[in-house]
Amino acid sequence: MTQFPLLSALIWLPILSGVLVLMLKHQPTLAKQFSLWSSIGVFILSLGLYTGFDATTAQMQFVEQASWIAVFNIQYFLGVDGISMPLIILTTFTTVLAVWSAFDCIKDRIEQYMAAFLMMNGIMVAVFSALDAILFYVFWEALLIPMFLVIGQWGGVRRVYATIKFFLYTFLGSVFMLIAFLYMYHQVGSFSILDFQAMPLSYVAQLWIFLAFLVAFAVKIPMFPVHTWLPDAHVEAPTAGSVVLAAIMLKMGGYGFLRFSLPMTPDAANALDWLVIALSLIAIVYISMIALVQRDMKKLVAYSSIAHMGFVTLGMFLLYSILRNTGEIQGAIMGLEGAMIQMVSHGLISAAMFLAIGVMYDRMHTREISAYGGVVNSMPVFAVFVLIFAMANAGLPGTSGFVGEFMVILAAFKANFWIALAAATTLIFGAAYTLWMVKRVIFGDVTNHHVAEMNDLTRREFMIMLILAIAVIVLGFYPAPIMDVMHSSIEHLIEQAMTSKLP
Amino acid sequence: MSMHAIFLTILLSPLVGAIGAGVFGRWLGRSGSHTITISSVAVSTLLAAYVFYQYIFAGAEGYNATVYTWMVSDGIHFEAGFLVDRLTATMMLVVTFVSLMVHIYTIGYMHHEEGYERFFSYISLFTFSMLSLVMSNNFLQLFFGWEAVGLVSYLLIGFYFKRESANQASLKAFLVNRVGDFGFLLGIALVVGYFNTLDYVEFFHGLAAQKDTTIAFGDTQVHMLTLLTMLLFVGAMGKSAQMPLHVWLPESMEGPTPISALIHAATMVTAGIFMVARLSPAYELAEGTLNFILLTGASTALFMGLLGIVQNDIKRVVAYSTLSQLGYMVAALGVSAYAAGMFHVLTHAFFKALLFLAAGSVIIAMHHDQDIRNMGGLAKKMPITYAALLVGSLALIGFPGFSGFYSKDGILLALDAANTGTAQLALVMLMLGVFVTAFYSFRMFFIVFHAPESEYVRTHEIHESPWVVTVPLIMLAIPAMLFGAVFVEPLLFGDMLKDSIVVLPQHDVLAAVAAHGSSALDMLMHGLLALPTWLALSGVALAWYLYIHRPALVPMIARRLSGAHSVLRHAYGFDRFNDIVFVSGARRFGDFFSRITDSRMIDGWIVNGTANTIAFLAQKGRAIQTGYLYHYAFIMIFSLMGLLAWALW
Repeated sequence: MTQFPLLSALIWLPILSGVLVLMLKHQPTLAKQFSLWSSIGVFILSLGLYTGFDATTAQMQFVEQASWIAVFNIQYFLGVDGISMPLIILTTFTTVLAVWSAFDCIKDRIEQYMAAFLMMNGIMVAVFSALDAILFYVFWEALLIPMFLVIGQWGGVRRVYATIKFFLYTFLGSVFMLIAFLYMYHQVGSFSILDFQAMPLSYVAQLWIFLAFLVAFAVKIPMFPVHTWLPDAHVEAPTAGSVVLAAIMLKMGGYGFLRFSLPMTPDAANALDWLVIALSLIAIVYISMIALVQRDMKKLVAYSSIAHMGFVTLGMFLLYSILRNTGEIQGAIMGLEGAMIQMVSHGLISAAMFLAIGVMYDRMHTREISAYGGVVNSMPVFAVFVLIFAMANAGLPGTSGFVGEFMVILAAFKANFWIALAAATTLIFGAAYTLWMVKRVIFGDVTNHHVAEMNDLTRREFMIMLILAIAVIVLGFYPAPIMDVMHSSIEHLIEQAMTSKLP
Repeated sequence: MSMHAIFLTILLSPLVGAIGAGVFGRWLGRSGSHTITISSVAVSTLLAAYVFYQYIFAGAEGYNATVYTWMVSDGIHFEAGFLVDRLTATMMLVVTFVSLMVHIYTIGYMHHEEGYERFFSYISLFTFSMLSLVMSNNFLQLFFGWEAVGLVSYLLIGFYFKRESANQASLKAFLVNRVGDFGFLLGIALVVGYFNTLDYVEFFHGLAAQKDTTIAFGDTQVHMLTLLTMLLFVGAMGKSAQMPLHVWLPESMEGPTPISALIHAATMVTAGIFMVARLSPAYELAEGTLNFILLTGASTALFMGLLGIVQNDIKRVVAYSTLSQLGYMVAALGVSAYAAGMFHVLTHAFFKALLFLAAGSVIIAMHHDQDIRNMGGLAKKMPITYAALLVGSLALIGFPGFSGFYSKDGILLALDAANTGTAQLALVMLMLGVFVTAFYSFRMFFIVFHAPESEYVRTHEIHESPWVVTVPLIMLAIPAMLFGAVFVEPLLFGDMLKDSIVVLPQHDVLAAVAAHGSSALDMLMHGLLALPTWLALSGVALAWYLYIHRPALVPMIARRLSGAHSVLRHAYGFDRFNDIVFVSGARRFGDFFSRITDSRMIDGWIVNGTANTIAFLAQKGRAIQTGYLYHYAFIMIFSLMGLLAWALW
């Protein structure tokens, strides 16, 4: 193929710039500027994926294929479809904001901090574009290292506990995934994800593989009951770390379901979809109630993330029960596309929420809700942004947060009335925990002199908030551009997920 | 200018004003902000008047078109669009007109307040939200407007954000409305689930085929359309504040008075009634829902009215009268008299806006004291306000000839004609409600204007409000008097709303009413001697007797009836119940889950159990935490990449 290797560029350019930034040890200003501009460059470059994308086909595009470790038939095999492409752009976009947000609040070893985020950018793009299972696995695990460092080096007081918990959980999960990969390689003689998707598999094998994937992805998303690492990781992580963690890393789990579980083990997914649906509903209802009583803002948003990711997994696994209930698959597309757009939207909103908490933390050095009160009096502009993001988090129409939840609830009804009913409680709970926090933190009279002394947004913070607010509102009023690129791929996915792979 | 462009201008002009005042308010300043918002709403009002003329008098055709496609998924078009017919055109005019009056009035009311620009931005945004709701041709945009109205009411009620009670009230309003929206959204899910469309007209076309569809819940079969309409009505109960979702409305008084007028008169609370009328083809096919609606409306009308008797805050008296009047409108819907319900929405929009703005004028004069016990003898001091409040109150109690008389009588006659057991019961409740309404309205009226001057009034200088306040009062007093007589015939019995509202022949109670004479004069002659008029007059008389003639009796009666009095003072305990069961309940569950299942069980037993094993290793590996770990990890990445590079080339 003679075309420009765009995906490789998107993977290696950030990693390379990460290496370069590491060398700027005594020039923090230069390191910051270089990191910002290189991440902006990568983001602009990644838009080429959108403009050059052919939305009419479900085929992999921008494909690059070369042999890597020939002995095991491991390939350097990259490509994107309508499912991975939006996530890649979300990644490059979020990285710009994460890098920019760290300009003033990280004082110590800034060049290494920046380097970690640039490298994570490349690694995450690689995860979303890898079409070879080993390549995927390598990058999937590689991502843990810089994130581990970011939390472990720049994190809060209990960072050691949090990092170990985070590492243990996710590492444990992915080991199962590796075993599944090895089993399938043994059967088909290749690590190509596309080969995995096409190969027939016995029912029992599918069940085991499905469960192995479920463990790996459920930890990452995270789903109940393997979610408890997330609140701790968020609380200890520095702001930009939380942003990347919530906006992108959680999406890798959702992506895994779409790329691996549904197309590779459709019969097992069909048999065990109730399990995922049940866990999703627990995430939506049970986790929301936990979010309600949190005293730490980051923990609250972390739990809210879990609840919102519940819609992602719910939307993905509705298709079988829709077919069983109505005898047709009308509604299945809506569920899956709702899950996709929920991932993108949650990326924006959770990033915004964590950045907003970061803004307050930089001024007050606490995340306790009770330490605040009446922030609107000293930071009126900031308060407007918080309110926009809070409403988006509560799923208000006109913001991106509404689109995915709406679609998933509509699809859920096709599957079962009670599922839709349980999912729709988010309308109440989501608003309750978000707006109650807003009330206690933002509104009211100034509660103490620390709050009174808070300065409103700096120009840099304002721009970051503005960019996110615009993205959230534009997507809320016009989701079609993102929707349109994924139709073909989602239809193809449903076809795969509906076709039995029993030999 | 094409109709499409006109509709777009009507809808978007207030949005432009809202953004102008909201985003650029600090540069525009006070007068810049009110100029841009008022002129943008004035543009909408003028164009809405033109549209109204075109539709009602010039016979324009119904208009149904898409503005843009939000997205397409699964073959279902999610769109924004306009459905404009006579019902819409009427609502558009009323919404924009009342909003314009409120805008002008706000200049006077908010004169000394902080956040002036912000306030104008909010009320314009509110107008935009309400217009997008009434002009919609599909459920998506309806839901957008529905929630947007909820959002702006949240902002407006919490306008005085330093005040804890205002923040509490706004949060409550939003959450209670969300409970309604929860049902509403499920109703929309049923629409999509069974009709595969969000478009009204396609939905109506599909109704015939789905008339007898049932949904199986275990062994029981539930009529699908009944469930669908019930769920949508739950949304209406939230927005239109029907029991038990009414609890947010009295507390919405925490906001400045102009928004009370806006929320309570032309916008928000009328959304639910408008929605049911708009979807009348579906409601007609669901008898069970109609009966439920009837009883909900009648109970709200009576029981909320009773609460008006024990209020001492001038705005709260008016607020409870809103709840009660909404009950009348909803009850009308319950007997398929959608036109009567809508008619009451329209007359109520005028006289309730009038009442609130007049009450606000009193509050301005009283230097923002709202307790009626501190007033008294204000009649001579503020004659225009006095006249305005009198007109509003007479219209509210349905005094013959005033707007409210025609619309309320229409509802009572419709219920009478329905002639079912439920309708008879509801009718009794509404009749009692008429007496109660007259009593509490004139109790407030007499105490404020005719009772002996209070200490406060005697010692302070109190004078009539400025013209920006009184002109809107006069402008609203005119339709509060005349609108009913002019429009009763075309609206209730004529064909003004015939194209928008579908009533099955066997449900057509208004036709039965029309048989007894359908002109305004007929109704007036008939009404003069009828029971409702006597009930209203005796209510006024009792109020006069108790609060002017023999005020000493009142505390005695209150003591005698202390049980009932206490029940009313606590508003039947709805708030207490909600606090204990729902608010504390949810928090207690959350607390339990957080501490026990998440922390102790999952984290304590499973995770940390594993981790303790690892902790042993961590102890040994302490060396790597002293500053070299990150070097080490970066090296790990490099070697990984190096391996990859080596293999590639």
